[in-house]
Amino acid sequence: MVKARTKFIIGGILVLGTAGYLMATAIDETAVYYLTPGELAAKVKGDSTFYDTGVKLGARVVPGTINRDPGGRAVAFSVTDGSHTIPVTYRGVIPDTFTDSVDVVVEGRYNRDGTFAATTLLAKCASRYENAPEKYQSTPGYKAAQRKSA
Amino acid sequence: MILIGELSLWVALLMATWSATVSFAGGRMGRADLVASGERATYATFAFVLLSSIGLWSALLSSDFSLRYVASYTSANLPAVYKFSAFWGGQQGSMLFWCLILALYAAIALYANRRRNRELMPYVTGTLAIVQIFFLATTAFGANPYARLDWIPPDGTGLNPQLQNPGMATHPPMLYLGYVATAIPFAFAIGALVSRRLDAEWLGAVRRWSLVSWLFLTIGITLGMWWAYVELGWGGYWAWDPVENASLLPWLTGTAFLHSIMIQEKRGMLRKWNVTLVVSTFLLSILGTFITRSGVIESVHSFAQSPVGSWFAGFLVVAIAVTAYLVTTRLKDLEARAELESMVSREAAFLYNNVVLVGIAFSVLWGTLFPIISEAVRGSKITVGPPFFNTVNIPLGLLLLALTGVGPLIAWRRASIANLKRQFAVPAAGGVTLGVALFALGMRDGYALVSYTLAGFVATTIVQEFVKGVGARRRMHREAVPLAFVRLVARNRRRYGGYIVHLGVVVLFAAFAGLAFKKEYDLALAPGGTFTAVDPYNRTWTFTSQGVSRYEELNRQVTAVVLEAKHGSAPPTLIKSEKRQHVDSRGVPTFEPSTEVGILESLRQDVYLVLHGVTGEETAEVRISFNPLVWWVWYGGMIMALGGLIVMWPQATRAGARRAEGGYVVTLQPQRAERERVDAGV
Repeated sequence: MVKARTKFIIGGILVLGTAGYLMATAIDETAVYYLTPGELAAKVKGDSTFYDTGVKLGARVVPGTINRDPGGRAVAFSVTDGSHTIPVTYRGVIPDTFTDSVDVVVEGRYNRDGTFAATTLLAKCASRYENAPEKYQSTPGYKAAQRKSA
Repeated sequence: MILIGELSLWVALLMATWSATVSFAGGRMGRADLVASGERATYATFAFVLLSSIGLWSALLSSDFSLRYVASYTSANLPAVYKFSAFWGGQQGSMLFWCLILALYAAIALYANRRRNRELMPYVTGTLAIVQIFFLATTAFGANPYARLDWIPPDGTGLNPQLQNPGMATHPPMLYLGYVATAIPFAFAIGALVSRRLDAEWLGAVRRWSLVSWLFLTIGITLGMWWAYVELGWGGYWAWDPVENASLLPWLTGTAFLHSIMIQEKRGMLRKWNVTLVVSTFLLSILGTFITRSGVIESVHSFAQSPVGSWFAGFLVVAIAVTAYLVTTRLKDLEARAELESMVSREAAFLYNNVVLVGIAFSVLWGTLFPIISEAVRGSKITVGPPFFNTVNIPLGLLLLALTGVGPLIAWRRASIANLKRQFAVPAAGGVTLGVALFALGMRDGYALVSYTLAGFVATTIVQEFVKGVGARRRMHREAVPLAFVRLVARNRRRYGGYIVHLGVVVLFAAFAGLAFKKEYDLALAPGGTFTAVDPYNRTWTFTSQGVSRYEELNRQVTAVVLEAKHGSAPPTLIKSEKRQHVDSRGVPTFEPSTEVGILESLRQDVYLVLHGVTGEETAEVRISFNPLVWWVWYGGMIMALGGLIVMWPQATRAGARRAEGGYVVTLQPQRAERERVDAGV
């Protein structure tokens, strides 16, 4: 007669083992590289298969490059990490927070023509959920308020 | 008021430092005067943190833009309720809010235990004070909400419109209330470990506070899902985003603890495991905060990158080291007092419940931290997405659902065949009937069928328990059904409150399974244009555009589209979705346009309308989706919270009377005396 404790441990190992197996296979199937434009350029140089695998690209939107389709469902823009700039095209729902200079994460494929075709677009809020007050320093109202407070 | 508030923050830091020092010293030396002084200092800490919070609130409500925080998160024309909630809307304020809750909880816990658990209270006070020092110091040095601007802006920059929503005003404080409550059980665990008083007394307090934490996390997570669903416009409520995962992790380990503690109470088993769970729950709360604040993991939620992240990382490392040392040096005091007797027993079912909950927690943690792990091991960041979490957690979740039905009904120690038949014959039949019926109706999704079969099984076990309990009361006391029902629950709150929580779980699982049948359509509609779509129940809907309108409201310019939705012979309904451009008090646009979704709610499904944009004059580009059973998610969460409240509600103990009144109560030697002490705890 096997002790209940031993049986429980065997059962526990079975449960956790199955979970572990599922985790391992799921990671193989769904894992995606997360790269900056500079890293992506370097990877592609070393290994051209990176053109055809899905990757996530994290970078900042170059101000003034956003070209929205009037229907609001497609957009072209460029992203940069300071060293490399990559043009991106995207079709799908554009998040409310997407705008100039925000950090975005796009997922998709890097084409051989040097453009990135994105299938998902995540935008982080400009300075997250805050707005930097400094932008008011150049507005006319600010000077007046400063004189008043002085 | 600002000056007072800022000064109070520093005074509170001093008070907490004093409290930590004299509490530990008093506990070590056995000096009651020092211990009393430490407790008074904890009450004083609360008073000063409260004063500091009032200072910030008054600055926010009076729009004192000389504070960077006020200028960054509010504007003069912001509705007062959001000026108030901006307190926890940003990094600095939410840190102070955290201190406030911790100080409040610490004061309540001390007061409740002023005559109980005296041997370990000095260490509990001291541990709480140390946690408080950490939070106050991080606030004062790393994220001070009282930081001034060197100029005074004419207006603040306003609160992000996505945060101007009742869900967002209430969801963060609920989560914070839940996160912070994990600190109290942690402090009790440390107190018990340090003083080596590891008997059952401390468990009463720990259980009560774990329930507080569990309750607020449940409410907070549900509100968060609701906010994401109604505000973000992507039609879902859970995306396995790192910050969402961070709130789920302590919930999972906390839930595991609330189950395994019953085994310790009844059988004296799992004593090491329970200490580990209590400590892990707190550490996961800190880890969650670290993930949210540091920006080390990519998330749509992250706060501005700030040094606060490294403060948390440091605290986490120290806390892990200290608790690991304490637990390993006290293993002998934590030996189990009984052994598992059979695989077919309630103990075993609860153990598996723990294995599964911790397994889910581990896989979520692993997936969340995978980018960091892979960068450390392989040199490049690799992320895993929702498919990873779904692949692993759907099977584990279904196993958990099955255990939800088995655990409460199976006998302690060793279940006999008769016990199994008596308890499970009807529920098993109920589940299978539901599964077969759904299959016959045309449902073919494998996971969904398994979910509904198990949901039917668990729901039947719960109904069966209520029927039996009410029947027993009716026979014994000749009460009418409603009275018997109310008294049954009121006199056995832990047990029947627990069943109500389980009912909420069943409703949630049923709702999750409904997602398998979601349908989406993207289209463009000119005024008067129509679109026909089939919903997941095979009914045909017709949508007719009523045109696009543009108008101004309080602090925004609105572009709205209205659709008339009609199906079958039901009267048509209007759905509206808006694009809002928020403006400040001078009419200058702030933020990017935000989307307000239109939702037609019903028990069966939500018809969900999102306006993407307008082409030409009045052609609206929209997405229409049919989201089945989403309504059940919110109600499942509410039922769980209600059950949690019933379990928590203080009950006057009448140990003798209780046994006679409450249907039947499992009594197990030799821990009976211990259990009654626990029931009377806190």
